[in-house]
Amino acid sequence: MAQRMSRRSGSPWKGCGIVFAKEFSDHLRSPRMLVLEWLILLTGIGAVFMSIQGLRTTTAQDPFLFLRLFTDARESMPSFLAVLSFLIPLMAIGLGFDSINGEFNRRTMSRVLAQPIYRDALLLGKFAGGFATLAVGLVTLWLLIIGLGLLRLGVPPSGEEVARGLVFLCVAVAYGGVWLSVAMLCSVVCRSPATAALSALGAWLLLSLLWPLMGRFIAEIVYPPSELALLLGVQNPQQIELQQMLARLSPSTLFGEAVVGMLQPATRTFGVVFANQVQGAVAGAPLSFSQSLLLVWPQFTGLIAGAIILFAVSYMAFQRQEVRA
Amino acid sequence: MRGENAMSEILIEARGLKKRYGSTIAVDGIDLTVHRGEIFGLLGPNGAGKTTAILMLLGLTEADEGRISVCGADPMRDPLTVKERVAYLPDMVGFYDNLSARANLRYTGRLAGIAARALDGRIDGALSRVRLDTVADHKVGTYSRGMRQRLGIAEILMKGAQAAILDEPTNGLDPQSTFELLDMIRTLRDDGMAIMLSSHILDRVQAICDRVALFSGGRIAIEGSVRELAAQVLGGGYTLKVDSDMESGALAALLGSVDGVSSVQAEEPGRFRVLALRDVRDAVARAMVNAGAPILRLASVEPSLDEIYRRYFEEINGTAHVTA
Repeated sequence: MAQRMSRRSGSPWKGCGIVFAKEFSDHLRSPRMLVLEWLILLTGIGAVFMSIQGLRTTTAQDPFLFLRLFTDARESMPSFLAVLSFLIPLMAIGLGFDSINGEFNRRTMSRVLAQPIYRDALLLGKFAGGFATLAVGLVTLWLLIIGLGLLRLGVPPSGEEVARGLVFLCVAVAYGGVWLSVAMLCSVVCRSPATAALSALGAWLLLSLLWPLMGRFIAEIVYPPSELALLLGVQNPQQIELQQMLARLSPSTLFGEAVVGMLQPATRTFGVVFANQVQGAVAGAPLSFSQSLLLVWPQFTGLIAGAIILFAVSYMAFQRQEVRA
Repeated sequence: MRGENAMSEILIEARGLKKRYGSTIAVDGIDLTVHRGEIFGLLGPNGAGKTTAILMLLGLTEADEGRISVCGADPMRDPLTVKERVAYLPDMVGFYDNLSARANLRYTGRLAGIAARALDGRIDGALSRVRLDTVADHKVGTYSRGMRQRLGIAEILMKGAQAAILDEPTNGLDPQSTFELLDMIRTLRDDGMAIMLSSHILDRVQAICDRVALFSGGRIAIEGSVRELAAQVLGGGYTLKVDSDMESGALAALLGSVDGVSSVQAEEPGRFRVLALRDVRDAVARAMVNAGAPILRLASVEPSLDEIYRRYFEEINGTAHVTA
């Protein structure tokens, strides 16, 4: 037992960079990545193109015209944002669902772990490889959209628009990181890649589509609406607060709020607003960049924290796993 | 037999090694030593605990009890040093099918900490020694089972390890590939490596092992050279096959009277199997000639591990029945 307690010698990061380099190049060359990239590119550019068509016909009075590139939706086409909030999880899950169990199934795990590296390096290198691929994909897409906007709208973005756009990009990458962590956790826990992919996709559907509805029901059960509220047709404030709190457990909600807060500068709050709070406010006036950043900061850090917690859970699960297949 | 082994350096040593999974005991207090320039065979049926023992030696699984020293380091405290000095060929080794053999080796070589400048030369050398140099840039997905196993040997060569642990290296190979692979393993030993291999196919592996340990139920049942085990279990380290026209009863008596013979069994009329403590071919021939028995065959047979193994466990089970 005394031996167990003693510290291991050597650095846990040894070999991490090598694993990262291999994973990164594997991802970039894999046909799976190609399919995902094209899927995102085509739908994303389609959505942006439609919104450009709309924007060109409307008045150019909006000081944040460029940002509407991301958020405007036409009747037939969802906004670029809606497309992204669906496709980022898909891409992240596609990158991560077989990262660990795939090594077991190919029977390469014991051979790799028999090299002088710790498991920490393998897991972290794999996560970093997937994350870098995701980031490269999203940055490319972002640049393409900006370029397309420049060409088609003919108006350069202001400095603030660029700053808001960059924060949006960071939020999108962090959102991808959460789903990559979910996928890696599934790949550690499930020995079969198909089961892992299905569990990760299931978690995604549950959290993005069903969870908001469930949160509402739960809030209604915990704080049943009073007679007065029923009479007036409004929800009571505690119920709304609980509902919102529950909804924010889902990364999709956090992503949605953070992005709306950044890309629609007029957004002041995501919660319940009381009459006394908007006293003196100019309706529809945009917040300054720093105030918007303050507004979305909890959502942004929430996403990062979620990714780190999920990674830590998969790390613990992986450390306890037996090497033998 | 390699007499110098007793004097040479011990590279792998385990004392009182134990591992439990829940209530089942996978490895139940084994002791083993492997010297430099020696092939040590860990033989036993599937599920006897061989792989678990190997994983503990490599530090890939933590031992519950016991002391291990591999190439001068403790795999529980200092796994990186152990894994730098020891190469491992897992059971049914896998490679990245979408990469070439060279790229596969480059990845593990870099993980092993081999300097980039030296790496390519070492990979080329290793691949040509296992005769994969002509297909080095083909994807491993196109390789046969035997070629993959040889690529595993190339990885051991590339790593330049002091010791190698091979888990079921001949599993799933055809006889020709098995022969080639065992030959390569022999050359690794001749390079001065300490080699430990596990197998459940006894007869093929016995040919290259200097010492073997029979593994059963998480314990080492018996250990030693094949001849020593034969002497211990079968009652004689040397087996002769004798055919003659002479009347069976008289011949059996004649053979039994030769000094050094421990038992005589009639396999069929006129065919005998003689177990002896030493090489008694000369004495048997002289006795038969003197008695006027025509010698149709007088052959020395290598004791077979298969037989030793079967007999050993028959005895164990036999006594178990009696006591039960």
